[in-house]
Amino acid sequence: MRIPTLKSLLPNGRHLVIGIPFFWLFLFFLLPFAIVLKISFAEADVAIPPYTDIYTWADNQLQLILNLGNYLLLSEDELYLAAYLGSLKVAFFSTLMCLLIGYPMAYAIARASKEAQTVLLLLIMMPTWTAILIRVYAWMGILSNNGLLNSFLMGIGLIDSPLQILNTNVAVYIGVVYSYLPFMILPLYANLVKHDPSLLEAASDLGSSTFNSFWKITVPLSKNGIIAGSMLVFIPVVGEFVIPELLGGPETLMIGKVLWQEFFNNRDWPVASALAVVMLLILIVPIILFNKNQAKELEGKV
Amino acid sequence: MKRFSFSTVMLWVGLLFIYLPMVILVIYSFNASKLVTVWGGWSVKWYVGLLDNTQLMNSVGRSLEIAVYTAIAAVALGTLAAFVLTRIPRFRGRTMFGGMVTAPLVMPEVITGLSLLLLFVAMAQLIGWPQERGIVTIWIAHTTFCAAYVAIVVSARLRELDLSIEEAAMDLGARPWKVFLLITIPMIAPSLAAGAMMSFALSLDDLVLASFVSGPGSTTLPMEVFSAVRLGVKPEINAVASLILLTVSLFTFFAWFFTRQAEERRKRAIQQAMETMAEEAASSNWKPASTQTA
Repeated sequence: MRIPTLKSLLPNGRHLVIGIPFFWLFLFFLLPFAIVLKISFAEADVAIPPYTDIYTWADNQLQLILNLGNYLLLSEDELYLAAYLGSLKVAFFSTLMCLLIGYPMAYAIARASKEAQTVLLLLIMMPTWTAILIRVYAWMGILSNNGLLNSFLMGIGLIDSPLQILNTNVAVYIGVVYSYLPFMILPLYANLVKHDPSLLEAASDLGSSTFNSFWKITVPLSKNGIIAGSMLVFIPVVGEFVIPELLGGPETLMIGKVLWQEFFNNRDWPVASALAVVMLLILIVPIILFNKNQAKELEGKV
Repeated sequence: MKRFSFSTVMLWVGLLFIYLPMVILVIYSFNASKLVTVWGGWSVKWYVGLLDNTQLMNSVGRSLEIAVYTAIAAVALGTLAAFVLTRIPRFRGRTMFGGMVTAPLVMPEVITGLSLLLLFVAMAQLIGWPQERGIVTIWIAHTTFCAAYVAIVVSARLRELDLSIEEAAMDLGARPWKVFLLITIPMIAPSLAAGAMMSFALSLDDLVLASFVSGPGSTTLPMEVFSAVRLGVKPEINAVASLILLTVSLFTFFAWFFTRQAEERRKRAIQQAMETMAEEAASSNWKPASTQTA
């Protein structure tokens, strides 16, 4: 070491390696939530930016004014409550459907040959990288009143007049399951592929039926995959905006859409912030559950 | 195992469910009829019309630019994060760090978008930056959430790596940075490429984050498509959507192809090295000691 004085001033490599991603994530991911929390206590104002300051400094006095009005509004107006419940309902049933459809698919991929696994995984993964917007848009053409599905059903004589599917909750469910299915399959596959097949052989040697050993061995072993997949679907769907906006109708009430409207159409930033804070509070348990699960995966101690 | 078990049937039905709408979309983008649902013969006129749409073309350019910057930054940031998570077992704030790395994966986009916008507004008031929201703010938003995907992919690879090669290099006197650049990076290169492609595609695709953190005059392609789609299904949009599907599918395919090739080359190289070592050991009386690997 030729110049030890200068060297001791610089941060050492270890601090730098930890520091850069830590600083970035702190600044652009964690800190913003604190600001959302702050603004949720502000009042909407005709100004730039359109909200009031919550603290003032005058005559050596720091005044902190917390406006609880936004939160009161959320609890009083039935629209918001209905939107939260609607989001949770859609998220819950979509997660269930994704699990029911995705589990057998992940199972089949995990049992396929090594070569086939790579190709099948690619086929599952590819849509997750292609515009959720476009995949939802594709369904608009299929589900509309004079769309392909109705033409097909009328063509084979199953129905006489077109079914109203687009702009209903049914369309939202189709869109959500369609868009989020890969996010259920991938973690399930990652888990199922690690299972030791000799356990199932042993069970079958001992006289267990295929279904019994599946239910008693495979399913409990895949618990982590089920948690990861379900959370990867449930949490984002609660805040989903694109799908209810494009496929849903007047009956569809979801919180992501309401937040978007409060922010962009009504320009009420404080109410939008309060909506986000409450959404985050609802999701905090699933998010912690997912993070614990994922931290174990990342460190490799499954 | 039975060939046509319940799960295999479900797999094929599921894949059909995933791909059929996209195939239909692409077919209908070649529809000559102005009515989207009526088939009027094959035509490429909607594609030709796109080229004259300067507003659309501008947003394509802007989206591509942001996607390239995002891919570079997300790989750098995500790799560092993955390295910290897999190689540095203990430091203060590790739990928080792990949480911050994975949370962007699940956080509803409306929350992330809103909170980032409010951060940028607060920063503009406090330090005067960013004065205008645009490419840079969208890039920051995309990098933050793409880095999480990169971290997942890269840390999976880092965990599989044989630590002994890095240790051998250290024993021979290589500094940590040199080991990282000359040994670790080449070994994780396939996952870096995959992470870059993924970030590129995710950035190109994002609507919600970009809508929040973009300023006037910095419309990205998804924002452009979204405002058109809101008004209903139109043949021009079918053409744009098909082009996006094509681009991303090609990217994914190449990512997979090159990853696989690199992987095979690596395996072959290792095998070859082992064979030469074995031959040398057999021809001389030396034992293949670890010092000989260099």
